[in-house]
Amino acid sequence: MNHAITANNLTKRFGDFTAVDAISFEVDKGEIFGFLGANGAGKTTAMRMLTGLSRPTEGEAMVAGYDVYREPEQIKRRIGYMSQKFSLYEDLKVRENIRFYGGIYGLPRKQVRQEADRLIEELGMSEFANSLVSGIPLGWRQKLAFSIAILHRPAIVFLDEPTGGVDPVTRRQFWEMIYKTANEGTTVFVTTHYMDEAEYCNRVSIMVEGRIAALDTPQAMKASFGVETMNEVFLRLTRPGGGNT
Amino acid sequence: MKTVPYIVQKEFRQIFRHRVMLPLIFLMPVIQLLVLAFAADYEVDNVKLHIVDLDHSQASRQLVGQFEASEHFILTGASASGKIASNEIQQGEADLYLEIPPDFQRQLLRDGRSQLQVAVDAINGVKAGLSSAYANAIIRDFNAAFRQNYGGGIAQPAALQIETANWFNPEQNYQTFMVPGILVILVTLVGMFLAGMNIVKEKEIGTIEQINVSPIRKHEFIIGKLLPFWIIALVELAIGLVVGKLVFHIPFVGSLWLIFGFAGLYLLVVLGFGLLISTVTETQQQAMFIAWFFLIIFILMSGLFTPIESMPPWAQDITRFNPVAYFVDVMRLVLLKGSDVWDIRQHIAVMGGYALAVNGLAVLNYRKVG
Repeated sequence: MNHAITANNLTKRFGDFTAVDAISFEVDKGEIFGFLGANGAGKTTAMRMLTGLSRPTEGEAMVAGYDVYREPEQIKRRIGYMSQKFSLYEDLKVRENIRFYGGIYGLPRKQVRQEADRLIEELGMSEFANSLVSGIPLGWRQKLAFSIAILHRPAIVFLDEPTGGVDPVTRRQFWEMIYKTANEGTTVFVTTHYMDEAEYCNRVSIMVEGRIAALDTPQAMKASFGVETMNEVFLRLTRPGGGNT
Repeated sequence: MKTVPYIVQKEFRQIFRHRVMLPLIFLMPVIQLLVLAFAADYEVDNVKLHIVDLDHSQASRQLVGQFEASEHFILTGASASGKIASNEIQQGEADLYLEIPPDFQRQLLRDGRSQLQVAVDAINGVKAGLSSAYANAIIRDFNAAFRQNYGGGIAQPAALQIETANWFNPEQNYQTFMVPGILVILVTLVGMFLAGMNIVKEKEIGTIEQINVSPIRKHEFIIGKLLPFWIIALVELAIGLVVGKLVFHIPFVGSLWLIFGFAGLYLLVVLGFGLLISTVTETQQQAMFIAWFFLIIFILMSGLFTPIESMPPWAQDITRFNPVAYFVDVMRLVLLKGSDVWDIRQHIAVMGGYALAVNGLAVLNYRKVG
């Protein structure tokens, strides 16, 4: 089994509306997979199906070697997830958040304490360690949320627009963290609206109206459209009637 | 079950971190207990009395004197016709009038009987009933005294005397009766609202997603969420009982262990109910409304304010499903009457079944998958 994720005709309908329309793709182990698409294209819905938060209407998917219908709890043990909504408790301190999430993933108490110290050290957050999360800047919070999402060393980490609203310097640091994680063997599945970030991915897929319109490496994609940047690729695919210029 | 302590720890941190929460949880109920127990009172005092004395005899003056001496009545007027008196009632100047007929004393002496008219403003039924009962009592006393004084000439039937003995609350102390019940309400309020708002709040801020994507077990999550509020509510009950003892001198005839044991069971129902509400709503506002809907019914039909026995049969059937009614009953039975476990076995059985059902539903209804 070489694939971290395989999706086959994965579909989610809400009443008459088809949010995700029979998408099929594979994500390799250790890969950084960019999941792009305009707002409302179905990215988050697809991601929620893969993380076991939402039951697919049709199709199949295997995540970390387990079936999304039959073994969602096995999947949950092996994935990390950083949602679009802010996922830390603002009324808990930095250290308390780390300990809580470490605890509910069943890490031993001693290890949780050590991990918390290591994380705070690594993130350079010593000055914030005992402040409430509500009091620290957004960029720091996002880095913290990411670190907590991979605290239990998951096989795959899902990141839903992790850098939204974050300044360019912090975004850069964030991507360094993503690279480091991928190098350690974790598969990264990431959605973003920043096309420069798409260039950092090993492969990207672009969703348009619930379907995957393109899936390839950024280089191959740019070449096939004969354009210089991922931005142009994205506009060609997502702008209505923008196929040819 | 390893994850439960982490959730409990987190909940306690969050509750006590907010500076408004501590006084809200512990001080407010004490204030409410003090205010409610002192203010809400079934006794009816200061009934405004209007006298129409058409006899002006020694007997009639004696009767009026006895009314004036009563702590329940205050004389607000006197006139010479029933018409004026009913006008006074119409205008709210009087609650009750007593009309003494012209030949009152003569009839009494001659026939040994006479007629009095008492009219009451019955808009407030409870007050009307009580004030006419007070009036009847005074008239009865007057009657007895009159017969004793002048009885020589009057042939009188042997009067039947009724002696009332008030068991378990000998002085018919209103507070003794009410405080245990009010305590139940306060503990219920805190429990249901805190629990009801809790999971919904996580839905609102989005952290529930992060929980749902973790391998946490449903029942562990629910237990972790229940436990902190269960502890808080029991501590609150303890504080309330101390206040009840010190301020209102309510008797602790039965076992306090039994009270706390039953309270623990009862709180499982209340908190489970709150969590159930939490799982079916999306915002704290919705949860608040639903919690209120049930609480109002539970409280008003708990037997605290109106006896369940005097409700229509269909309403009595509803109260069978009212957990608050069971706890109010148990509090009074155990604290005032000294009932033991065996006496309240039915209450325990019902509450146990209820707890299983409600919490089972809450666990089933809490879905990690949308």
